[in-house]
Amino acid sequence: MGILNKHGIIERNATLLMVFSLVAVSIGGLVEIVPLFYLQNTIEDVEGMRPYTPLELSGRDIYIREGCYVCHSQMIRPMRDEVERYGNYSLAAESQYDHPFQWGSKRTGPDLARVGGRYSDAWQVDHLSDPRSVVPESIMPEYAFLKETPLDIEFIEDRLVADSMVGVPYSDVMIASAKQDLLAQLDPFSDGIDSLYANYGENVVARNFDGQEELTEMDALVAYLQMLGTLVDFSTFEPDASR
Amino acid sequence: MQHMVKAILLGLVVLAAAIATNFARDLAYQVHAVIIIIWAGFLFIREIGKIGNKPVPAPTGYMDDVVRAGVIATTFWGIAGFTVGVWIAFQLAFPVLNLSEWTGPYFNFGRLRPLHTSAVIFAFGGNALIATSFYIVQRTSAARLFGGNLAWFVFWGYQLFIVLAATGYLLGVTQSKEYAEPEWYVDLWLTVVWVAYLVVFAGTIYKRKEPHIYVANWFFLAFILTIAMLHIINNLAVPVSIFGSKSVVLFSGVQDAMVQWWYGHNAVGFFLTAGFLGMMYYFVPKQAERPVYSYKLSIVHFWALIFLYIWAGPHHLYYTALPDWAQTLGMVMSVILWMPSWGGMINGLMTLSGAWDKLRTDPILRIMVVSIAFYGMSTFEGPVMAIKAVNSLSHYTDWTIGHVHSGALGWNGMITFGALYFLTPRLWGRERLYSLKLVNYHFWLATIGIVLYASSMWVSGIMEGLMWREVDAQGFLVNAFSDTVVAKYPLLIIRGIGGLFYLAGGLVMAFNLWKTAIGAGAATPKQAASATPAE
Repeated sequence: MGILNKHGIIERNATLLMVFSLVAVSIGGLVEIVPLFYLQNTIEDVEGMRPYTPLELSGRDIYIREGCYVCHSQMIRPMRDEVERYGNYSLAAESQYDHPFQWGSKRTGPDLARVGGRYSDAWQVDHLSDPRSVVPESIMPEYAFLKETPLDIEFIEDRLVADSMVGVPYSDVMIASAKQDLLAQLDPFSDGIDSLYANYGENVVARNFDGQEELTEMDALVAYLQMLGTLVDFSTFEPDASR
Repeated sequence: MQHMVKAILLGLVVLAAAIATNFARDLAYQVHAVIIIIWAGFLFIREIGKIGNKPVPAPTGYMDDVVRAGVIATTFWGIAGFTVGVWIAFQLAFPVLNLSEWTGPYFNFGRLRPLHTSAVIFAFGGNALIATSFYIVQRTSAARLFGGNLAWFVFWGYQLFIVLAATGYLLGVTQSKEYAEPEWYVDLWLTVVWVAYLVVFAGTIYKRKEPHIYVANWFFLAFILTIAMLHIINNLAVPVSIFGSKSVVLFSGVQDAMVQWWYGHNAVGFFLTAGFLGMMYYFVPKQAERPVYSYKLSIVHFWALIFLYIWAGPHHLYYTALPDWAQTLGMVMSVILWMPSWGGMINGLMTLSGAWDKLRTDPILRIMVVSIAFYGMSTFEGPVMAIKAVNSLSHYTDWTIGHVHSGALGWNGMITFGALYFLTPRLWGRERLYSLKLVNYHFWLATIGIVLYASSMWVSGIMEGLMWREVDAQGFLVNAFSDTVVAKYPLLIIRGIGGLFYLAGGLVMAFNLWKTAIGAGAATPKQAASATPAE
């Protein structure tokens, strides 16, 4: 073939070889990634989505820190058994504030996209502390230390600022009241609860999640687990047929 | 003068790290700052000692001491990575091995799994790639490595990256992007090291005395360039504070998933395929003493491979919230990718034309041929699993784990073992390896290990996939999730035993290489390399 004989030109010129290689490896990514930022129907228009509360966000950071995503997906596929087992299939809108996404790639344990509200707080605390006390077959590691570890909230404002810099709609008010909102979510009878509801909506679940007096990492993680998949109002959602 | 400048720069690094230690917001960041103080402080004292020394004349000949260090590092990190792998494999059968009751979070599966993947891919595989590419580019260009001690900077800088990443995982530092877990400052450091790697490698090619750039170097160049692109874009993030380890990834949800698997699949495609094909294109012809089978095939499959691989990312995201058009595109390209992948296998295997009899007598060649066979098998299995209907069963299951390990243990591991067996006697000036019999033992231990691993994961993965979707006549799910966990138990133990075999093989190799390097069993004195002086 004639064209292959011309390949000698590239083989003798390192610059040409590098430039052509870069062009070859750039095309696929450009075609597959760039449109996702522009096509309107990439993320559905749904009601109910809101940024995480400061407590939930802290819980999510613990979820990431402990590598929960290694064994638990948060992405329900639209198949009969998955919808039956885990609930409505996951929407793109549901992870639009997730920096980074937590869809996962492996189900060593079950999917958690809609685990919120499925179990009681006490079950979650027991299960995290000693998984085999409630699920004898479980192979999950134990996370009892979360109950003893105080939650670090010193820099929670900075944490929200960082999220707002990458596009999560945290307002200045939400950032300013982050610490207060975090504490209020653990006590629905506290003074700060109005601010929490004003910032994140009346549907936010506020209670003492780990049943202990102290503010611990267990509070934050359980708060996060209990809100997973509960935000979207599916009664108002109409799927786009041509997505 | 040069030493003075270096000493001042290193002093500034120590100072900055000391300040960072003081203002650190979390333990991991503080530990990392202390590691940097020790590292930079050691180099600072060394440079101070050199001030006033007369400049030594630039050495000539091939720069092989950095390759020797790379061989040692590859072996060390390989054993470390395999050991952690065996440990976490048994954690999934025996959760008590998480040690959570005694040590809290530090050795939980969630933290050790990224330690394992990073240790084998980036520490073992990365050191193998850096060492072999430095060896190969010098021989095929007839030139000493470009940039003098910059090659040493690449080597030690890369080891620092590994240590920071590994200690970070144990302390809970991760941005949760698979195979890109290290946080922002470790990513920045790796970027610096990687650019230096590109400068050394491309610089050596620029000053080559051979008119043609050898095919192995095309693959190495494409691998280094593409990994730079993938690494930078996938790790774009905003740190919460410059005094803390936590950062927030720039992209979210769908876009982040697409960027992550564009990265993730091409970490496989370029780190573990293109780079290792570069190894194959040098060591297999050398060991077989035959030329590469087809020059034209290598041109066609090189360009097709690097062009197509980049498109395959969406096959990690079938039936998810990723738009359908992207899924379909990813599936089509993933299936087409089968052809250029096999181009490499055909070129590697057919290089043995006329030399197949050597398989009977040369266990090193046997290891290389088996690695190409596993490469062919896993690059066929990959496109099969990238068919949406197959993936609907295999995704989220152990089948995927089996697939990556037949590629990683079979292809990457075996071709690296072959390269280490090839390099060690030559780099340490020995006539031959300490023991070919031990190579043969290694071959069988590794092969049996892979077979146990892959077959148990096939059974386990397909079984759990079928159990999850099983419904009875009334339309109810038959199995609870925990039923599948119980059913997998014996298979997970077989998998762990397979890993033990593979680790045992690695230990046999380390012993053999050690004995070779210290000259045990070899009567001949250290001899100079035939073509050019080694030092």
